[in-house]
Amino acid sequence: MKTWQCVVCGYVYDEAQGDVEHGIAAGTRWADVPDSWSCPDCGVAKSDFEMVEV
Amino acid sequence: MNRQPVVIIGSGLAGYTVARELRKLDSETALVILSADHGGFYSKPMLSNALGQKKSVDSLLIKDAAQMAADLKAEVRAYANVSAIDPERKQVTVDGAAISYGKLVLALGADPIRLPLEGDGAEAVLSVNNLDDYRRFRAAAEGKKDIAILGAGLIGCEFANDLVAAGYRVDVIDLAPQPLGRLLPPASAAFLQRRLEAAGVRFHLGTTTQRVERSEERFSLSLANGEILAADAVLSAVGLRPRTAMAQAAGLKINRGIVVDRLLLTSADGIYAIGDCAEIEGKVLPFVLPIMQAARALAATLAGQPTPVRYPAMPVVVKTPACPAVVSPPEPGAPGEWLVEEGENGVKALFQGGGTVLGFALLGTAVAEKNALSAQLPAVMG
Repeated sequence: MKTWQCVVCGYVYDEAQGDVEHGIAAGTRWADVPDSWSCPDCGVAKSDFEMVEV
Repeated sequence: MNRQPVVIIGSGLAGYTVARELRKLDSETALVILSADHGGFYSKPMLSNALGQKKSVDSLLIKDAAQMAADLKAEVRAYANVSAIDPERKQVTVDGAAISYGKLVLALGADPIRLPLEGDGAEAVLSVNNLDDYRRFRAAAEGKKDIAILGAGLIGCEFANDLVAAGYRVDVIDLAPQPLGRLLPPASAAFLQRRLEAAGVRFHLGTTTQRVERSEERFSLSLANGEILAADAVLSAVGLRPRTAMAQAAGLKINRGIVVDRLLLTSADGIYAIGDCAEIEGKVLPFVLPIMQAARALAATLAGQPTPVRYPAMPVVVKTPACPAVVSPPEPGAPGEWLVEEGENGVKALFQGGGTVLGFALLGTAVAEKNALSAQLPAVMG
């Protein structure tokens, strides 16, 4: 499980936690997060996201 | 197709997001980005929580100017000195030479407000509003122990939390009686203050810093309440003032920021303003979400589809891990009152007026309700 960070706002996506509130189950790998997902803090689309591994 | 280039002054989040969104709609029009600094892209919100995440300053730079230029099919000019705008000729003066624009975007940002301070250490007080500032701050704090922060607002609290997490001793001074003064009702602020104090932050509220003196390698701060604090470095975080001087000199309409309409158009034909320098319908909103919304609208407008900006409710996440917080303050002067539900591990405060929720401040475990509550909020600018 890896941790990723939004390059726009600093939001951290932890694969172990997922983003349950937005339908992303705990344990979802970043690669498996759908393209329709957007950053919950800044609204940037996944395709713009350029998450960096923390 | 535009024959003259789109010129963007500013390479912060606003400038680069407009460029990126524009390229999704228009890959042809020449694009010139003028940067006052190195022109690289980085996340400004990350500056105030980089230490706790053990990030080096260099690792915060996501892409340098050359990479950004390649990605955006743009000319990115680093260390460009833009001295004037000529709205009549549609030209900007850069390093002494004129560049013509078809459309001009002012993404100039804001300057940190500096408090008037006495003493021979006053000029050594640091502000952090960009990556180079942050590099100076980290160098000043490297290997040291005591940091004083002027200002208990959002940036002051975030830096305080980050510094104590990294082992520093931190004093925060603010004239307000509580942290995050303008964003929280008193009961919520008291909870945040307790959490940050438990993490090691020392608050000095309801007073101001009057003097900063050099004292050997350190600084001595004299507060209005008589306290004397010692610090290795002093960080000022008391707010931002939109950069308007160049627009004003060009005859553009200025109020608190550069005045723009819903299309982000200034009072001059073909000149737009966005981000921390811009004032839209009286609002200056120096946060990430408004910039993202505005950048998408402006990109469409620049690409030939005039698109007014709309702001939904835009809660602001405060990056204080000792007390997670998300706030969506009501409109200034909105009639209503705060209703506060305080639990052991969180505080939920709703600002209610006319039977509806107009704003909220969620702390600790209450942040889990952010999405449900955000859906109930009115749009900031519908």
